[in-house]
Amino acid sequence: MLRFVIRRLLLAVTTLFAISIITFVLFFAVPSSPATVMCGKNCNPTQIAQVEHRLGLDQPLIDQYGTFVKGIFAGRTIGEGDFARECPAPCLGYSFRTDEPVLDIIKRTLPVTVSIVIGSAILWLLIGVSLGMASALKKGTIFDRLAIGTSLVGASLQVYFFGLVLLLIFVYSTGWLTAPSYTPFTQNPGQWAYGLILPWITLGFLNSALYARLSRAQMLETLSEDFVRTARAKGLPKTKVYTRHALRAAITPIVTIAGLDIGAALGGTVITETIFGLQGLGKASVQAVEDLNLPIVLATVLLAATFIVAMNIIVDLLYAVIDPRVRLG
Amino acid sequence: MSVSPDDPYLQVRDLQVQFPTEDGLVRAVDGVSFSVRRGQTLGIVGESGSGKSVTSMAVMGLHNAARTKLAGEISIGGTNIVGMHDEKIREMRGQDMAMIFQDPLSALHPYYKVGVQIAEAYRVHHPSASKAEAAKRAVDMLDRVGIPQPQRRAKQYPHEFSGGMRQRAMIAMSLVNDPALLIADEPTTALDVTVQAQILDLLEDLQREFNSAIIMITHDLGVVAQIADDVLVMYAGRAIETGSVEQVMRSPQHPYTWGLLASVPSLHGDAEIDLVPIKGNPPSLINLPSGCAFNPRCRYAGQNGNRSFTEAPELRSTGQDGHHVACHLSAADRLRIYQEDIAHAGVAQ
Repeated sequence: MLRFVIRRLLLAVTTLFAISIITFVLFFAVPSSPATVMCGKNCNPTQIAQVEHRLGLDQPLIDQYGTFVKGIFAGRTIGEGDFARECPAPCLGYSFRTDEPVLDIIKRTLPVTVSIVIGSAILWLLIGVSLGMASALKKGTIFDRLAIGTSLVGASLQVYFFGLVLLLIFVYSTGWLTAPSYTPFTQNPGQWAYGLILPWITLGFLNSALYARLSRAQMLETLSEDFVRTARAKGLPKTKVYTRHALRAAITPIVTIAGLDIGAALGGTVITETIFGLQGLGKASVQAVEDLNLPIVLATVLLAATFIVAMNIIVDLLYAVIDPRVRLG
Repeated sequence: MSVSPDDPYLQVRDLQVQFPTEDGLVRAVDGVSFSVRRGQTLGIVGESGSGKSVTSMAVMGLHNAARTKLAGEISIGGTNIVGMHDEKIREMRGQDMAMIFQDPLSALHPYYKVGVQIAEAYRVHHPSASKAEAAKRAVDMLDRVGIPQPQRRAKQYPHEFSGGMRQRAMIAMSLVNDPALLIADEPTTALDVTVQAQILDLLEDLQREFNSAIIMITHDLGVVAQIADDVLVMYAGRAIETGSVEQVMRSPQHPYTWGLLASVPSLHGDAEIDLVPIKGNPPSLINLPSGCAFNPRCRYAGQNGNRSFTEAPELRSTGQDGHHVACHLSAADRLRIYQEDIAHAGVAQ
């Protein structure tokens, strides 16, 4: 168990290093220069060179990467002379554009994304899984057809369509809700939930459609398993057969997929954030790519990768808890 | 309700099991009757699709009532479960009749410890028993079916057991409530040959100890010869030959039974004689051949004025007490064919 965790953590660190290098190289493979973008249209080559020097972009690639890595672990000094600033570890640099420390940007945007993901994940797991299980048990009935039909619609809808329709109905037409906004949970939990209700419903409904279909298929497969027949042959009541025996086995693959989905979503729910005007991680990262804002691009890419890698490890650990046949090692 | 000890514990009369499907009505079991006394074993033999497993599921009351048409009578300890309320059958299941399945690895729940699964089977029919009592009962049962270190084994998961041990655990679970009727559906098919014999021995021992009625479902005539008292040969949902093991194995009457016997390798027979498989495949249960369902595969179907193609044969006595066969061939023809074509072929016995 401990050995498994240590090995996976080492592997995770290696993965993250590789991703940071690839991001770095890809960034500089783009044929436009961040300095030109920042300096504006009327800059002459001398000014551009000055900006490049100030940002450290005139250094060799390897040195820049070295500085970046050193900053994360030991902190570094950015700029020189009068502009020199101390950037303590973990230093992710400063935004090329606003000079704001990248760490502050992350601290500001990450909670928004995390809030969106947590709320919608609870919704989609609760609704999706219970709906899927119920339709499996009532296979072929009107309820089943209705649930599966609805989830087919849900699965075919896109966030940018469904989200906009919700906005139109609940905010612009009826005024039942104010436009989504983010209030930190610690400040006012009620306001936090109120401001995020539309993004939650949007992501929650669309994903629960997928999870309903997945759970239904899983449950149907499990119900035809021999051990479910054994449970019935023992004379167990239906509820016990369905929950203790069938559900328990059907839920395992759903945990895996949910873990990976949540990990991926934490890296940024770009479209949702954009539609509802929420300043989350996804929006920040897309903006950074447009601006060729390397420090933010690097930080968001690494963060997204960290979430996925971490959720992978967590899912594997959970798997071993759920299924006694799984041995870690 | 009680039955006198001499009456059969299980009495099945004219059982019909049908599944309506989009392609038509599947007559999985069509008019089968048999009975088993306590302490006796009935072997039900047939190919896959012959209706033997469907019969056993019907006796367990495990068919989905919404998708199955059941008719006839299945009387267990004097109670007819055909048409009975689901909940009442559930209360009998595991208590009055229990079942052992073919593949113990898939039949045991992979996520629960073996002891827990056995204890669960006990507690459902003994609601007043405490968890500790049920756990102790589970360990006792594991001990009784010959699992060494039952205390430790009860705390293990099915995947930590070997195939034979798993089937023993399955048997322990089925017997935990002292059921009077035990149905074993191909209990040795998934096991090594050496382990098969041990499991059959164990079942015989337990039968003596518990005085249970056993239905042994199998396609293996060797198993039948070893453990059964009576045999029911099924083909396409019907009983085509019934009788004592002696009768059916020593003087088989139905061409299908001959085929089954001729396709079993014999240790004592002549190694030069080839095994003879039964040609063709089992028929579709939706579109049975008219007349005798076996006629497309029967070498002797034309020998009786083509009655085999027009008229389904009834199960009739062969003249020997309790031995019945459903075949249009006359007794004399059957004797002649058996002596000329079959007997020398070194059948199982």
